[in-house]
Amino acid sequence: MSSQLLEVNGISVTFDGFRAINNLSFNIGSAELRAIIGPNGAGKTTFMDIVTGKTKPDEGKVLWGEMSKNLIGMNEAKIAQEGIGRKFQKPTVFEDQSVEDNLLMALKNNRKSFAVLFWKPTDADMNRVSDLAAEIGLSNELKRKSGELSHGQKQWLEIGMLLAQEPRLLLVDEPAAGMTPEEREHTTDILVEAAKTRAVVVVEHDMEFVRRLNCKVTVLHEGSVLAEGSLDHVTANQQVIDVYLGR
Amino acid sequence: MRNTFIGRNPSILIFLAVLAVFTIAITFMSEAFGAGVISTSFVKTLGKTLCLALVAVAMDLIWGYAGILSLGHFAFFGLGGYMIGMWLMYERTKEIVAGSMAGNPIPPTEQEIVDGIGTQIFGVVGSSEFPIIWMFADSLFLQLALVVLVPGLLALVFGWLAFRSRVTGVYLSILTQAMTLALSLYLFQNDSGLRGNNGLSGLQNLPGVTASQDFVSIWFFWASALALAVGYIFAAWIVSGKFGSVIRGIRDNEARVRFLGYSVEGYKLFLFTVTAMIAGIAGALYYPQAGIINPAEIAPIASIYLAVWVAIGGRGRLYGAVIGAVFVSLVSTFFTGGQAPDINLGFYTIQWVDWWTILLGLSFVFVTLFAPKGIGGLFDLIADRRHPDRHGADLGPDKGSLQEREATE
Ligand SMILES: Nc1ncnc2c1ncn2[C@@H]1O[C@H](COP(=O)(O)OP(=O)(O)OP(=O)(O)O)[C@@H](O)[C@H]1O
Ligand SMILES: [Mg+2]
Repeated sequence: MSSQLLEVNGISVTFDGFRAINNLSFNIGSAELRAIIGPNGAGKTTFMDIVTGKTKPDEGKVLWGEMSKNLIGMNEAKIAQEGIGRKFQKPTVFEDQSVEDNLLMALKNNRKSFAVLFWKPTDADMNRVSDLAAEIGLSNELKRKSGELSHGQKQWLEIGMLLAQEPRLLLVDEPAAGMTPEEREHTTDILVEAAKTRAVVVVEHDMEFVRRLNCKVTVLHEGSVLAEGSLDHVTANQQVIDVYLGR
Repeated sequence: MRNTFIGRNPSILIFLAVLAVFTIAITFMSEAFGAGVISTSFVKTLGKTLCLALVAVAMDLIWGYAGILSLGHFAFFGLGGYMIGMWLMYERTKEIVAGSMAGNPIPPTEQEIVDGIGTQIFGVVGSSEFPIIWMFADSLFLQLALVVLVPGLLALVFGWLAFRSRVTGVYLSILTQAMTLALSLYLFQNDSGLRGNNGLSGLQNLPGVTASQDFVSIWFFWASALALAVGYIFAAWIVSGKFGSVIRGIRDNEARVRFLGYSVEGYKLFLFTVTAMIAGIAGALYYPQAGIINPAEIAPIASIYLAVWVAIGGRGRLYGAVIGAVFVSLVSTFFTGGQAPDINLGFYTIQWVDWWTILLGLSFVFVTLFAPKGIGGLFDLIADRRHPDRHGADLGPDKGSLQEREATE
C-alpha cells in the first residue's frame, strides 16, 4: 500500500440542524483510485466541499500530505495550490472562452496576479495543451468556444483542466453523467490512467462505471461510511442493499 | 511567438487610427492651428469627452470583463481632478498674489505670500489657513503623483475590505455607491479643506503660461487623446492574455476560478485599484478643461451614468465603452445645452433639457432588455463574430454572485 495522502478524521457538518456529514473518517493513499457511492443526499458532494475548503466542518480534521498539514481553515485557492483538483457534478467550464484558453488557465503555473499578467505560454506549455487535448479527444476543438461543445465534451474538458493542474489528488463528482457508453469507457480509461501517478476519488451512481474502475469502494450513507472494500464485497453487504441498491 | 499582441487584437489598430485621424482633423479645424471652424469651447468639450472615454474604458475593465459593477469609479475620477486642481489653483493664485504684492514698498516675505494665497483660496469658506492636505500643493510633481496615489489608495483600502469579506454582486454595487456618497458629502463640508461646495475653480488657467485658451484647449485635447490611446492599449494588453482569461472567468464563475487555485480576491483588488488609478488620470485631464470641480461632480449619480454609458456602448469590449461614452455624452451635451429644438405637441412642449434624462433612462432599459451587447454589438454584424450559446446565462454579475452558491448546480 502506498503512503497516505489524505486523512479525513472525524468530520461533522450540520446545515440548519440537518447533519449532512456525521463523524466521517476516510483515508486515501498517494496513488490510489477510490470510488464513493451512496444514495442521493448521502453527503458525497459535501465531503468534497469540505476537502476543497468550500464548506467549513463543525468539527474534525482534514490532514494532507507527508507533513499532515491541516486543510481546515485554508481558502479554496490555497487548497487548490496544495494540489487538490476538483471536478463538479455539473460540468463547469468557462463557456465564453476557447478550449485552449480554458486549458491554459488550468495549467500548473504561477497563480499570482503579477506573474499571470506577464505570462506567455512557452513551447512546453503549448505542447502540454495539445497532449491534453489529444487525451480528452478535443484536438480539433482547441480554438472553439467551450460553450459550443456538447455536454460530454464539456465533461472531458473539465477533466482535462483537472489533469492540467497536475494535482496530487483528484476529486471527481459524477464524471459519467450525460455521457454515451463509449464516452464512459473513455472516461474510465482516463481516470484509471491518472490514478497510476496520483490519488483519484470518483463519486458515481452508475454501477457499471464503478465496476470498470475496478477499485476499492466506499459506501456513504447519512454522512458516514457504511461499508468499504471491493465492489463485490460491498454489494453483498445487507445494509448496503437495504439503503442503496435495493431501492 | 505564436501570435503577436496586435495580431490577436486587430481592433486596437483600427481604434488608434480612428483616434489619430480624429485628433488631426480637430486640430486643423481649431481656432489655434487651423481654419477656426470649431470654437475653442467645443474643442474643450471634445477633449473632455476623450477623458470620459478613458474612464469608461476603466469601467469596462472592472465591470465588462471582471463582472464587478462598481458604482464608484466617478469618485476616483473626481479625486484625480481635485489633486491636479490643488496645484493649478495654488500656483495660479500665487502668481496673482505675488503680482499684486510686487508693488509694495517692502518686498513681501515668503510667508506673507503663502498667507496671501491662503486668504485668497480659503476666504470663501471663512478661513485662511492651509489645511494639511495642501502640503504638497506647490509641487507639480507630487500632486501629479497624488493623482494616481489617492484614488489608488482609496480603492485599495475599500477593495481590500469589501473583497476580503466576499461581498459581490448588488451588495458590492451598493457599497461603492455608499463610498461615493460619503466622499461627496464630506467634500461638501466647508472644513473638508477643499473649499466645500465652491470646489476648486479657475483650473483652465495654466500657471506660467501666457498662451490663449485657444492653444491651451488644443494642448489638453492632445493630452487627452494620448492618454486615451495609452489607456486603451494598456487595457487591451491586460485583457488579452491569461490575466484576461482569469478575470473573465471570475465574471462567469468565480467559485470555479478559486478551485483552479487563483486567489479571486487578489485579482479583483488588483483590477479595482488599477482602474481607479486610470480613472484618476482621466479626471486630472478632464477638470482643467472644465475649469472647475466641485463635490457635485462626485455625486453617486455620476458613477451610475458611467455604467449606463458602458452598457449602451457594449460592455466586455473596450471600443464599446469608448463608443458609449462618446456617443452618450455628446448627445447629452446637445440636448442639455439647449441646442435641441423643443417639440411642440400642441398640448405640451417637450423641453429636451428636462426630457433628456428620461430618454437616456429609457434607452438604458431598452439596451439592457433587447440589445445586451450595446452599440458595439453592431460590429459583430460586420465582423460576424461568433458567440457561444451561453444558455441564457447573462454576462457578469449574475444572480449566483448574490449568494455563496455551490458551483455545481
Ligand atoms: N449548502 C447547503 N445547505 C443546506 N443543506 C445542504 C447544503 N449542501 C448540502 N446540503 C444537504 O446535505 C445533504 C447531502 O448533500 P450532498 O450534496 O453532499 O449529497 P450527495 O451525496 O452528493 O447527493 P447526490 O448523489 O444527489 O449528488 C443533502 O440533504 C443536501 O440537501
Ligand atoms: Mg452530489
